[in-house]
Amino acid sequence: MTLRDFAIRYGFLALLVGLVIFFSLATDGFASPQAAVFIFQSVAITGVLALGVTATLVVGGFDLSIGSVATTAMMAAAYVMVIMEQNAFVAVVTCLVIGVVVGLINGYLIVYMRVPDLLATLGMMFLLVGLQRIPTEGRSIATGMTLPDGSTANGTFSAGFLALGRHRFDFFLPNLIPVSVVVLLVLAVLIWFFLEYTRFGRMMYAVGSNPKAAELAGAPVKAYKIWAYVISGVFASIGGILLAARLGRGDIASGNNLLLDSVAAALIGFAVLGAAKPNAFGTAVGALFVGILLQGLTMMNAPYYTQDFVKGAVLVVALVFTFALSNKGRT
Amino acid sequence: MADPVFRIADLRKSFGPTQVLDGVSLELNAGEVTVLMGANGAGKSTLVRIVSGVYDRDGGTITLDGKNFSPASPADAIRAGVVTVHQNINDGVVVALDVATNLTLDRLNGSGARLFFNPRSVRRQAREVAARMGLEVDLNAEISALSLADRQMVAIARAMAHEPKVLILDEPTSSLSSAEANRLFEVVDRLRERGVAILYISHRMSDIRRLADRIVTLRDGRITGTFNSKPLDYEGAVNAMLGQTIHRAEIAARDGAHTIFSAEHLRIADHARPFSLGLGDGEIVAITGLVGVGKTALAETLFGVRAPLGGMMNLNGNAYAPQSTAEAIKAGVFLVAKDRAESGIIKDFNLYENLSLPFLDRISRLSVVPRRTERAVAREAISELGIVCRTERDDMATLSGGNQQKVMVARWMSQPASLFILDEPFQGVDIAARRDIANKLRESARGRATLIFVTELDEALETADRILVMSEHTIVGEHRNADVDIDRLLAEIAGQNLKGAA
Repeated sequence: MTLRDFAIRYGFLALLVGLVIFFSLATDGFASPQAAVFIFQSVAITGVLALGVTATLVVGGFDLSIGSVATTAMMAAAYVMVIMEQNAFVAVVTCLVIGVVVGLINGYLIVYMRVPDLLATLGMMFLLVGLQRIPTEGRSIATGMTLPDGSTANGTFSAGFLALGRHRFDFFLPNLIPVSVVVLLVLAVLIWFFLEYTRFGRMMYAVGSNPKAAELAGAPVKAYKIWAYVISGVFASIGGILLAARLGRGDIASGNNLLLDSVAAALIGFAVLGAAKPNAFGTAVGALFVGILLQGLTMMNAPYYTQDFVKGAVLVVALVFTFALSNKGRT
Repeated sequence: MADPVFRIADLRKSFGPTQVLDGVSLELNAGEVTVLMGANGAGKSTLVRIVSGVYDRDGGTITLDGKNFSPASPADAIRAGVVTVHQNINDGVVVALDVATNLTLDRLNGSGARLFFNPRSVRRQAREVAARMGLEVDLNAEISALSLADRQMVAIARAMAHEPKVLILDEPTSSLSSAEANRLFEVVDRLRERGVAILYISHRMSDIRRLADRIVTLRDGRITGTFNSKPLDYEGAVNAMLGQTIHRAEIAARDGAHTIFSAEHLRIADHARPFSLGLGDGEIVAITGLVGVGKTALAETLFGVRAPLGGMMNLNGNAYAPQSTAEAIKAGVFLVAKDRAESGIIKDFNLYENLSLPFLDRISRLSVVPRRTERAVAREAISELGIVCRTERDDMATLSGGNQQKVMVARWMSQPASLFILDEPFQGVDIAARRDIANKLRESARGRATLIFVTELDEALETADRILVMSEHTIVGEHRNADVDIDRLLAEIAGQNLKGAA
């Protein structure tokens, strides 16, 4: 293995370790379990969305609608509990159904209507951003709000639902790990195992790399593509559930950065271990990388408005790793 | 006879270590259609690209009207009077624009072009161009609304607006129906009368019979035959194109045991004559024929990629009508598709992942792929077929063409087949790998029927027990590979006996 190969393979992980060491030395309290958990929590929702979009990247597609699926799920959860006065279970199921349905529609548009993936999901994104505002005439949903017909919404977020955002599990220290972090880790392991070790994951990579060859090897290419968008939609709706549980209300102004942050995490993941292709482990590391960097900079008193600049810089560096240094990126 | 208008002498071109054109000399006369025949990889496209100014030549001379001709760009070649209509029809027209703009497209570029676009003058110029060619297409129509043939007429009409001395048509009928092709032939006739020197590249025998005044054959970058005297010797031309290197390989032709696969009255293209086909246990049958006679269409029909237009298929005594490749595979019909880079190799996958691809569902436990099994299967294939590689985890890109093809063949040999189909399995494969693959096919032939589709006659003679000849989307001849009547075989490939049949 030449130095160059080594740099491509481990360069990004080395950079990550280097950052952690640097922040640990440069700030007080960075190297603590609480800070680590805080980083995980800050990237939990982004990470879940990024893992979902990774599935569409694997089949050679792209899903721009994930951010709006998440916010639509959040609004739907709030609507179901606050206005329709249903319980947490109904809210969660409603969100998941939204994810599945949007994924199926995206897949149908792309596979059968032959709309290019970026355009189909861009259209879906706009559609959902608008749709989620229609039932409440553009207002956020919270207990006690006035409804369009003049009555007052009396429902509340159920305690069980809020626990998804606020409960913390004991882990060596009491009340350490929030539910959202557990969800992130479980989903990361699930999708990683699915993509790397099952025949379905292998076939999805084959479909993304050479659809014709995959079809001639007996793969139902169209079905795999549609499934990838369903996975993406469901993961995005899970992200939306976590967002609603964290906020405790249906806030129309939240979730603006979700799409770009999660796409960035998935693309940064290309550079991890020199994969030069979408992969679940890389996506998780990509999300963490952004989280660590932002947390460290915040603790070093870097102003909030530099955050997007930093994220963009990391993404550009990662893309250079993927496409310029690695031979795999060349076609 | 007058001096030739266009003369190519000792033209050379290589890409890296590959010598694609190895001293090609060719002359075109005014008012004459010269047909250039050559198999895939003979160097036809390279020749066209050099003449049309896309590539630079490495050596040799080209003269037009006695003057040196070395175009720096395609536009340069057109200005000098050498116009090329490329094979892909949609490369010749801009689909987003209307007919009038397409007809005058060349005038939008270059130093003389005006800054502003005047629709009225465009339409006037377009009318002139169309009138000169007798083009009967609505000038206001969008190209996207036209048939392929009309699009091609537009491309040719625009080309002719330059009053070229030399017109090159690169496989112009490859995507046209026979009625559309007839319209094209009329245009070619008219241009011939007007004194244009035409180079017509094709391997469709019906086109060649209809148009050719002369035939020139190209093989492995060299001119292997020139046929001037009428009547033209079509069989001689096919023989020169396919190569006279045919040597009798040591094949002990076997007869198939009981029939494994049969097809009755199968029809794979409109207006094609239905044919029947039977393949026996343990025999290797080669189907040969020129490019574009329906070999791949037949392979894809057998593998469930497309449905037959008529007829019945039967596999192991049961009706066989696969709706998808997955159904074909399940029934035990495997296809090593042609053009491995495009339709075989997953380039992001390493050797063993490429090898296991079609049978992941068979080797998986609870849908989890057992890498240990995958790698063991790959190691076995590597030693069985003599695949040259470091380990079973090698990237496909590091393997030579022959070894890549061995992986593609091994992919489908890891599970038992009833009908094993290989479409052009020896394309881009060196001699040694070709022998390895052929030997392996013959060794393992028991228990299945094997069908290979090859354009090169040598490959059929070297590998098969029985040779079928395809022409015009149907089977026109059958030979047991023991004492083959090569003359009759070549005549069938050239489509000779079709006259009687039709």
